[in-house]
Amino acid sequence: MIEIAAFLDRVDRAEGEADFRLSAFRKALPILLTNEPEKAARVLMAFSDPTTEPIPAATVQGATGAWPGTPVK
Amino acid sequence: MRYIEPHAHMVSRVTDDYRAMTAAGCAAVCEPAFWAGFDRSSPQGFYDYFQQLTEHEPKRAAKYNLPHYCFLCINPKESENVAFAMEVIKLIPQFLDRPNVLGIGEIGLNKNSRNELKVLEAHVDLAARHQQLILMHTPHLEDKYKGTRLTLDVLKADGRIKPERVIIDHVEEHTIKMVLDAGYWAGLTLYPGSKCSPSRAIDMLECHGGERLWINSACDWGESIPLSIPYTALEMRKRGHSPEWIDKIIFKNPFQFLSQSPKFKIPETAY
Repeated sequence: MIEIAAFLDRVDRAEGEADFRLSAFRKALPILLTNEPEKAARVLMAFSDPTTEPIPAATVQGATGAWPGTPVK
Repeated sequence: MRYIEPHAHMVSRVTDDYRAMTAAGCAAVCEPAFWAGFDRSSPQGFYDYFQQLTEHEPKRAAKYNLPHYCFLCINPKESENVAFAMEVIKLIPQFLDRPNVLGIGEIGLNKNSRNELKVLEAHVDLAARHQQLILMHTPHLEDKYKGTRLTLDVLKADGRIKPERVIIDHVEEHTIKMVLDAGYWAGLTLYPGSKCSPSRAIDMLECHGGERLWINSACDWGESIPLSIPYTALEMRKRGHSPEWIDKIIFKNPFQFLSQSPKFKIPETAY
């Protein structure tokens, strides 16, 4: 919890535009406070690409941590 | 304690790791082919790598009485160039009869591209034609869920593939159920920074019953822990799991899957 709080403080102190990963992070946070089961799976889904079609070509080799589109509900 | 390390990239590790693993109770190690951290410049580079996995590395492990097995492939990170990948795949059959080769792996997807899918299908075809076990990688982070679904589609579309002869590795909480429900084995990878912590792995083992599941360190050239299986076994013991249950997860389960290849044998002197 302290690591998450410190991360958000760090973001507040930083300058510049936030990228899509911060948006995904903020959308995932409320999952932790629900009384629903399978929180870990739902947090992972909040960062996941929910589409089903393969992409035309891989232009990079690494992952970024969050899908830049709209997270699946 | 005895255990099998079913997924470790020992070419990236120092000999001291073999000693530490054996001292901790490792009875056999299995090494799928993977990405070296950089793209190889020619198929010949893969030929040399396959030589290393089938000749040199077993000798290094044998110094500690540790049986060494492997799976062969071109890693999905290097699969975007289909022509290049097909040249590498052509090299593999000449190695399949070697005594420590158990199958094709770790194959799969990385960014879930069309070309990666073509190469995955070629690998699956190769495994089917040569009756090989399959060790499947699944993508990282945001790409894992989609990549796992696409991978299951490829396997299901090939009627020659028996689910019980395929392990789909690096599952997490959002992918484990679809893998097990489809009849495949699932692997939980214990990494210090990504994939799965020991605590989460044990949670999933408890929630899904411990059948058709193994744990592995996937130790390689990055931040990883060659002893993560025995460390996780200690965590299981702290949670009150019985020695029999722990032995099933870290020894009997991988033994059951890998023994589907008649080449996989562990001499009693190894544990």
